[in-house]
Amino acid sequence: MADIDVKVASWKLVEVGRLVLIRSGPFEGKLAAIVEIVDHRRVLVDGPSTEEQKIVPRHVLPLAHATLTHFTIPQLPRAAGTGPVKKLWAKNEIDGKWAKSAYAQRTDRSERRKNLSDFERFKVLRLRKQARYEVQKSHAKARAANKV
Amino acid sequence: MTDGFPGRLTEYQVIGRHLPNEANPTPKLYRMRIFAPNTVVAKSRFWYFMAQLRKLKKANGEIVSLNVIDEKRPLKVKNFGIWIRYDSRSGTHNMYKEFREMSRTDAVEALYQDMAARHRSRFGSIHILKVVEIENNDSIRRPYIKQLLQKDLKFPLPHRAGGKVGKKVFAYSRPSTFA
Repeated sequence: MADIDVKVASWKLVEVGRLVLIRSGPFEGKLAAIVEIVDHRRVLVDGPSTEEQKIVPRHVLPLAHATLTHFTIPQLPRAAGTGPVKKLWAKNEIDGKWAKSAYAQRTDRSERRKNLSDFERFKVLRLRKQARYEVQKSHAKARAANKV
Repeated sequence: MTDGFPGRLTEYQVIGRHLPNEANPTPKLYRMRIFAPNTVVAKSRFWYFMAQLRKLKKANGEIVSLNVIDEKRPLKVKNFGIWIRYDSRSGTHNMYKEFREMSRTDAVEALYQDMAARHRSRFGSIHILKVVEIENNDSIRRPYIKQLLQKDLKFPLPHRAGGKVGKKVFAYSRPSTFA
């Protein structure tokens, strides 16, 4: 019998310090940290982002309106005030890490593309064609080299 | 309530007394903390309870003052113990329940929902006797609140349904429920 490797599933957990993405309501699309767990359906969140327009005030968020992210603020004390959360948020460079994540980049890009003018859309089309051409060129070269 | 909107109930402080007369020019003041959707209901409930407790009713009494009691720390999660007396279809019962909420009014709202769900009892058949914030975690009695107080509490969210955005009537594949 073949050896089967059974790995423990790595769930993202609802825990103090976990960063969640808010999926509906007035703070939709913003990032906040879980500060305390109210019960199995609700958490207290706080998002003292360094950028003014991304701040989420401290409030109770139903978990049905949240998506758990991979990021956490390690060792965030339970029920920490906005001040300490802000300090740890900056120290862990949450905003930078989030901006680098694939999800944030994708939403950023789609948001920007949505607001392009007709000419800018044309420029995107041309640039994408150029990029594709380069990829295809190097791909063809690699294929030719492997043929022999 | 939970989503930032003002809740259904407000906590009022109602103070009333017997109308002054020659026999007693300075009647005793009575104060109650009442949870009600508005001031009209708050005053009505005051007279309802007053008539049960003392020989004093609306016809021979007056409301001296009525004001709103706000939550002192509405951004802190607290545990509340609530003692109630309620009339079921077959009798009267006393009860003690615990709630984990942000404010006294939230806890009382949750209580009315809970009593309506479990016992089909209405606002009019429930008397709230006492609402107390339990500061010492060791004096929590109910296991459904106790389980939320353990150290380093964490749990996953397995089996989640995706959003409704872009959903058609019929799907061509089963939805993925973990993320």
